Amino acid sequence: MATTTYSKESAGGSLTARALREGFFAGLVAFGLFILFVGLETTQNIRNELVLNQRWGLLAIFVAVAAAGRFLGVLYVQPWLAARKTAKAAVADKDVPETFLARNFSKLAILALVLMPPVAVALFGVQGSLKWVDNFGIQILIYVMLAWGLNIVVGLAGLLDLGYVAFYAVGAYSYALLSQHFGFSFWILLPLAGILAAFWGMILGFPVLRLKGDYLAIVTLAFGEIIRLVLINWTEVTKGTFGISGIPKASVFGIWSFDVGAANNFAKVFELPMSSAYYKIFLFYVILALALLTAYVTIRLRRMPIGRAWEALREDEIACRSLGINTVTTKLTAFATGAMFGGFAGSFFAVRQGFVSPESFVFLESAIILAIVVLGGMGSLVGIAVAATVMVGGTELLREMTFLKAIFGPDFTPELYRMLIFGLAMVVVMVWKPRGFVGSREPTAFLHERKAVSGSFTKEGHG
Amino acid sequence: MSETLLKVHAVETYYGNIRALAGVDVEVNRGEIVSLIGANGAGKSTLMMTICGSPQARTGTVTFDGQDITRLPTHEIARLRIAQSPEGRRIFPRMTVYENLQMGASLDKLKYFDEDVEKIFTLFPRLKERQAQRGGTLSGGEQQMLSIGRALMARPKLLLLDEPSLGLAPLIVKQIFDAIKVLNKEQGLTVFLVEQNAFAALKLSDRGYVMVNGRVTMSGSGKELLANPEVRAAYLEGGRH
Repeated sequence: MATTTYSKESAGGSLTARALREGFFAGLVAFGLFILFVGLETTQNIRNELVLNQRWGLLAIFVAVAAAGRFLGVLYVQPWLAARKTAKAAVADKDVPETFLARNFSKLAILALVLMPPVAVALFGVQGSLKWVDNFGIQILIYVMLAWGLNIVVGLAGLLDLGYVAFYAVGAYSYALLSQHFGFSFWILLPLAGILAAFWGMILGFPVLRLKGDYLAIVTLAFGEIIRLVLINWTEVTKGTFGISGIPKASVFGIWSFDVGAANNFAKVFELPMSSAYYKIFLFYVILALALLTAYVTIRLRRMPIGRAWEALREDEIACRSLGINTVTTKLTAFATGAMFGGFAGSFFAVRQGFVSPESFVFLESAIILAIVVLGGMGSLVGIAVAATVMVGGTELLREMTFLKAIFGPDFTPELYRMLIFGLAMVVVMVWKPRGFVGSREPTAFLHERKAVSGSFTKEGHG
Repeated sequence: MSETLLKVHAVETYYGNIRALAGVDVEVNRGEIVSLIGANGAGKSTLMMTICGSPQARTGTVTFDGQDITRLPTHEIARLRIAQSPEGRRIFPRMTVYENLQMGASLDKLKYFDEDVEKIFTLFPRLKERQAQRGGTLSGGEQQMLSIGRALMARPKLLLLDEPSLGLAPLIVKQIFDAIKVLNKEQGLTVFLVEQNAFAALKLSDRGYVMVNGRVTMSGSGKELLANPEVRAAYLEGGRH
């Protein structure tokens, strides 16, 4: 303690001097660097003569920014970082008790999600809640569910799947086509879409059983493209790039309908003003339930022999076989289970949009879902949910940032920077936390007590 | 002597066009410890893996407990209670010690797990201390213990050990070989051992085989082989190979 105060007081003066000195040198370096690039500019005038423009003002700004940045960096940022580092080291020594928030994070998050639509209605009115419930809520939850579904294949079983969107497409088209041609309701077609997607998962699974890693990724990528190209070119059935529109809405188990003309229309029954918001709120709860089902099944499966076998398969395939695990059926069930949830999400997507076309199922979607799984930390449900919220919510947020137009001019559309920011965020997260937000794998079996050992000490499985 | 548990007859195994085993005959009787010694690349590990069906023998037969297992897939061979501690140990690095042991007991769906895990912890007390730790954070010796422990959880009739002493300190090697001896003497476990550490292996074994270039060139009791001048020159006194 005494030493720190000492160094602070006596070093106070010398630190400022050092900051001034380093700031001056930084300015000097910036001056040297930019004098030719920024300070002088050559242009051609109307008679094609080379004209030398002097831009001393701009150069001064560059130099000033460099000098001030270095000055502030040395004086404030560096001591702050150092203090944080020592504080962190001090904390790491003793056990930090888990806060109430950390312990009950998932329960609180679920509660918040359940309460979100009524709160949004109360705050923004029935129409105003649409943006929050639909653009943010449903959109994010679809990706959470897709990422949780893919997590079974990639995170648990360790099978790198770049064509997951194919199952999403199978689910969406199953609902779109079967509801239009046979008039089945959403609640019948939802499980059917899941089964069909699982079936396609098995079909993909068979030829790729012997592949792993990069080779597997390429074949699954091709599979995703095949499904999309079939959807585009099989025009008699899928109407090609025009897509299928007028997909029937879902009903509350047939009790209330959301069709405007129907006698049992939800708004009419409860004598509410007509609005599409009720349907969206209903859909919000449907996708929330579906996502939670995915999470529940994943958690249960991890504790069962098949889930264990998936994780073992990810770690070491040869060891698995030598323990009597049939790797063929294990892989196929992983593909089928993951695909099934993709199918559920797909049929939900179709019922929400009322329109499906092959454009919704491009490779980029697969890449985004996979990116969410990797960023969240493979195998971690909470991490993946956080990653989906940040990534999808962040891109939705970009659309809202109209005030940026005032700064960058009216032509500036923030959505266009979506992928740039997405990529930047991925790089930052991977540098900062190479195993994703939640990198450690939670053990599922204990003898007496649990002891947490960070996953970062262990090496990756090689299999 | 006693009845034959494992019989490898005239087995030839190929990697592509390269013949790794050139007609190997090996027998392991119930209740024995049999070791297979030989230099690098002699085909020891290949024989071990051929018994497990990966790769499968191109010609010849492997019989276990009277059943022809030459063409069975690996996981079905494992289900006949041939447990293996493979070369390089191959534990599950991100799973805890406890979970690794559970994986070993998955054949019986954890029916005897509680009972068996105590036996393993008595045999290797270190594993009990480390049970909540991830496999990948264990030291080499502990990983080897875990690998053997995991194999034992399947209640095997035959335990295959591929170079259990690889990369371990002499003291740890002794611990592991002592444990193998205890398992054999007290539970009558049949063990087939592949080793480079010829001295330790032969001392422990009832019988031994010497392998050179994909063929068995010599066989006999552990004592005989230890006393054999050729074996001594080649494998025990840092000789010609």
